[in-house]
Amino acid sequence: MKPRMILALALSSIWIAGCATRPSDSEAERAVAEMIKVSFRTRGQATIDRLGQDDAQALCSKHAGELPKGVSDGIEKAQQATIRYPNPGKLMGDWRQGERIAQSGVGKQFTDDPARPAGGSCYNCHQLSKNELSFGTIGPSLYQFGRQRGASEAIQKYVYAKIYNPEASVACSNMPRFGHNGVLTEDQITHLVALLLDPDSPVNK
Amino acid sequence: MRIDRVLAGVLAVMPPCFALAQQDTQKEIERYRQMLQESNPAELFEARGEELWKTRRGPKNASLERCDLGLGPGVVKGAYVQLPRYFADTERVQDAESRLVTCMVGLQGFTPEEAKRNPFSGTGVPMIASDPFSGVGRRSVMTDLVAWIASQSRGMKIAPPMSHPKERLAYQAGERLFYYRAGPYDFGCVTCHGEEGKRIRLQNLPKMTNAKDAQRAFGTWPGYRVSEGELRSMQWRMWECIRQMRFPELEFTSDASIALITYLAKKAEGGTFDAPAIKR
Repeated sequence: MKPRMILALALSSIWIAGCATRPSDSEAERAVAEMIKVSFRTRGQATIDRLGQDDAQALCSKHAGELPKGVSDGIEKAQQATIRYPNPGKLMGDWRQGERIAQSGVGKQFTDDPARPAGGSCYNCHQLSKNELSFGTIGPSLYQFGRQRGASEAIQKYVYAKIYNPEASVACSNMPRFGHNGVLTEDQITHLVALLLDPDSPVNK
Repeated sequence: MRIDRVLAGVLAVMPPCFALAQQDTQKEIERYRQMLQESNPAELFEARGEELWKTRRGPKNASLERCDLGLGPGVVKGAYVQLPRYFADTERVQDAESRLVTCMVGLQGFTPEEAKRNPFSGTGVPMIASDPFSGVGRRSVMTDLVAWIASQSRGMKIAPPMSHPKERLAYQAGERLFYYRAGPYDFGCVTCHGEEGKRIRLQNLPKMTNAKDAQRAFGTWPGYRVSEGELRSMQWRMWECIRQMRFPELEFTSDASIALITYLAKKAEGGTFDAPAIKR
């Protein structure tokens, strides 16, 4: 068989299979776009425009399951450019306040008071201090994080950036971009940096 | 030589022992679940739901006994495990709740707004103070009905139909919605339900693309939640997850909610339906 004929046969069989078994991709995409428009409503602070996606969200949704290297590199590069650091010497806050922020899972839900600061929901997904036994496992354990790494300015910057925008280092990370998305303030993030790195923090005991 | 023989003996005995211990634990968990199930307050909701099904209500003073849940007018047995499905009269894929709205409107003469007004029963202690669906002791006709309808599929295999193109389209859309990331937390369903054996705090999370997890999850909603003292439906489960994802409010019986439920039902296909269950 000539290559062109094989190609034609292959294409027609894909076309037939596509028709017989499932709606086309574009049909499903149109259906989803319509659902996004009509199936949700603004409630409190959770406005309908939250369903719009930025580039990273759109790419992570599209490539869920397997992320091509080129796409993940592109996302990480673009997200790196979003990070805004506090002034030098101001990266480490107060670990006690950090612990409270790490415990709190409120913020940005339509049932939350928008006047109250959001928490970091850290324990929802990470082990941190040894005393808190109710911790989640979606993210890695951060127990003894600072003890293993020290608290140099380079590490402080690394941790700050990780909380500010985790997709700058891991494209499509499960972790929210707390700084970039305006969930946590600069001060709050520095308190979380201290919770992870301060030698007196229960994380490092 | 002798040690080798001992070792071989130990090794020969070990696997069955280990398997036995595992089986025992699993049996104990199952026994515990069985004990809970035997005194499940969901029965009260089911009983009210059955009563409501037969009660004449609405402007047309009619019962729901002619309601078609997919297996013909009035057939409730086995209907829930074959939903969501395409209905020719509405030209939509519908789940149990959505179909109940259709019947309350068509048979009983309620407006769609009236039928959807109180979709979830209130909590003993309102989880959400401002929530119109919450409130001390507020009952939901919808929740009671869906509890009873679900109970009439207990023990049956989950078998959502996929023969109509719109059913397949709902599944495909549901799959895309499952992976749709948005909002200030960058969350999608997949954030919590994409990996095996994960937890939020101490709460275990089912991986919805894994048949066994999906079967247990789908097969146990509706469920009586001990922590809330309320019976919760699959529509509520979707609504509550979407709230925690920091998305805007998911509309009750909306196409997106039904697409997600269709996706989950298909992932759970072949599992045994065991709801209304009892939950934490």
